[in-house]
Amino acid sequence: MTFEYAPAPESRASVSIKPKYGHYIGGKFVTGEKHFPTINPATEEVLSSIALGSKKDVDAAVKAAKKALDVHWSKLSGRERGKYLFRIARILQERAREFAVLESLDNGKPIRESRDVDVPLAAAHFFYHAGWADKLEFAGVGTKAKAHGVVGQIIPWNFPLLMLAWKIAPALATGNTVVLKPAETTSLTALLFAEVCEQAGLPAGVVNIVTGDGSTGALIVNHPGINKIAFTGSTEVGKIIAQSVAGTSKSVTLELGGKAANIVFEDAAIDESVEGIVNGIFFNQGHVCCAGSRLVIQESISDEFIKKLQKRMEKIRVGDPLDKNTDLGAINSRAQLEKIKELSLAGDAEGAERWSPECVLPNKGFWFAPTIFTGVTQSHRIAREEIFGPVLSVLTFRTPQEGIDKANNTPFGLSAGIWSEKGSKILWASQKLKAGVIWANTFNKFDPTSPFGGYKESGWGREGGRHGLTAYLKGVSHE
Amino acid sequence: MYYGLIDGSDESLKKFLRDLPGVDAVGADSRAAMLATRSIKTTSKRWAIDTAISMVDLTTLEGADTQGKVEALCAKAVRPDPTDLSVPSVGAVCVYNDMVSIARTHLDLIGGKHVPVAAVSTAFPSGRASMEVKIQDTKDAIAAGAAEIDMVIDRGAFLSGKYIDVFNEIVTIKEICGDKAHLKVIFETGELVTYDNVRKVSYLAMLAGADFIKTSTGKIAPAATPPVVLVMLEAVRDFYEMAGVRIGVKPAGGIRNTKDAIKQLVLVNETAGPEWLTSSLFRIGASALLNDLLMQRMKMDDGYYASPQYVTID
Repeated sequence: MTFEYAPAPESRASVSIKPKYGHYIGGKFVTGEKHFPTINPATEEVLSSIALGSKKDVDAAVKAAKKALDVHWSKLSGRERGKYLFRIARILQERAREFAVLESLDNGKPIRESRDVDVPLAAAHFFYHAGWADKLEFAGVGTKAKAHGVVGQIIPWNFPLLMLAWKIAPALATGNTVVLKPAETTSLTALLFAEVCEQAGLPAGVVNIVTGDGSTGALIVNHPGINKIAFTGSTEVGKIIAQSVAGTSKSVTLELGGKAANIVFEDAAIDESVEGIVNGIFFNQGHVCCAGSRLVIQESISDEFIKKLQKRMEKIRVGDPLDKNTDLGAINSRAQLEKIKELSLAGDAEGAERWSPECVLPNKGFWFAPTIFTGVTQSHRIAREEIFGPVLSVLTFRTPQEGIDKANNTPFGLSAGIWSEKGSKILWASQKLKAGVIWANTFNKFDPTSPFGGYKESGWGREGGRHGLTAYLKGVSHE
Repeated sequence: MYYGLIDGSDESLKKFLRDLPGVDAVGADSRAAMLATRSIKTTSKRWAIDTAISMVDLTTLEGADTQGKVEALCAKAVRPDPTDLSVPSVGAVCVYNDMVSIARTHLDLIGGKHVPVAAVSTAFPSGRASMEVKIQDTKDAIAAGAAEIDMVIDRGAFLSGKYIDVFNEIVTIKEICGDKAHLKVIFETGELVTYDNVRKVSYLAMLAGADFIKTSTGKIAPAATPPVVLVMLEAVRDFYEMAGVRIGVKPAGGIRNTKDAIKQLVLVNETAGPEWLTSSLFRIGASALLNDLLMQRMKMDDGYYASPQYVTID
């Protein structure tokens, strides 16, 4: 007999999902008009019905945010605002299991990740920004820095709660009020967060959550009452937003796509690099804007490395996201699965060699086996376009400079990874790479104190750290 | 000789060890920590407990060891739970040189012919003695009936870069063991400290003929930490690719409860692979662990934790 791990599912008992949700506007849960279903991507089970935000809803939310700003929030001292943020952070920790289970149900990500990464980091973002609330004059934008006002925030489906925290925590710390729209397929944790706002006693209208699809997002972007837009999502939509706000007085930060290179030099610590590559592309099913979706490896070690990588991939446990032993969960939506399939077929057609470990995928739900393509060149689509799935493209290089050139040869520039045991090479490579975040001998590590954002088509501005904070302030220099 | 990987000279050994890729300590720690989150329940837990029992090298290595103590340990080794004969015997009994014949005789007497006796050797635990003494120590133990020799390496020689001295000692002891005894080589990883050293010494010992590589004596902390065992498991996995031979791994020291033991089995399963999940390729050096495994086993059958008085103390 072999060591088969028996199912170890996390209990669903900690969450209660209502059959139907409205919006959270002006401190009240209000009913919507039209609704659409939200499903569990692992089973296609309908979890609930989500309201499609209309012009009326967005108007009401912006009005509530403006009122909260004028009558209450802008009058509070930084220290008082900080108290609310601390309170929210602590409630997130107390209700961590509930958030983790709900996130895995709605998003499809493994419970190990929602439990150990998403929820703790979301709480950490509130704690970190709570500390900033009364120290804004030291943020480096002058002592007279002030809030933009009403901020419109649109977040993606890959880290629903965490992206909410990245957006709401700095906005509130700096004295803005918020209208936030979660992604169409993953609204549930944002709606649970509305309950947290209530529990924390946050004044009505400071945080408003309007659910909906891209049309709702467009209403927020184009609303004249919004002073700043913060968006995380695809480069395609990011460009539309940039065009929409051009010529208005709205400030914008965009956190968009990526096609990150993980560069492995021949002097790397091989076993840990293999781990890093696996974590870089298969973390969160590859639904990560900074995923290390290109392995750029030195030819002298590539055969040995790929063999080890394949052996390691055989150990990846694909299945029920709520099982504590699952490493790779469900693809978030049918549309995303189709996109991954389409680009993978393009990889086949262009002559790259596809490999996946043997794994049994569930019959229902949206699934894609962990996959690598070898023999990929710069001119393959799978080397250039963001797949946003568990698919790794392997490219090789002969000299360090060639590795850097290939890594930089992309319209994106969000992140990069360097794997070498040689410190001087790491420093050299990190100076040459055109990417907003560069990890050395690790990957996909996030911290609220560290700014995150991209070069080129990967985005405008930074989130997190002091740099991210200042995006929510109008300094003297901006006026 | 030496699996055709080196020629046995100082230069060839140095070159081989120098060419090994480094270990990134942060990465090794985080991989081991991730594997520690595996949740082993119900049927898989039951299987893991019985497998772990069969892998225990039940050990007593005290100055105060007596015939009575060793005989009691032997009885426990053969029938860990006298009220439940479905519990497997342990992997081996591990004692000092002068207790080997007492253990062997008693095991044979009580129906434990299948349980081997392992002797710690080569001036255990420090390894600080002349080669003559180490050779005689090993010969004595084999003559007294030891089927497994747990030798310690000369850590001083390793740390001062005299790899060939460490290598030659292992080769010599392996020759004495011949086909009469299995050789386990103890590194005392708590004294070698870095994961790079653990990887180097693992290959050094395997090239020299070790049948098993073992973390620690149990006298020094830290001992068998998960990342150290991870690095050793990677070494035996990769050595199998190079040489076609499966070398065993024995963590010893600090594995005190069922949770720790199951973490070790998960490490084996997901690093070296399921082929290593047998007592001929994986052992756990322990004393207190066995009773915790038995109590967890009882709990799985009965649904509640019994008082410690329901398991025998030795």
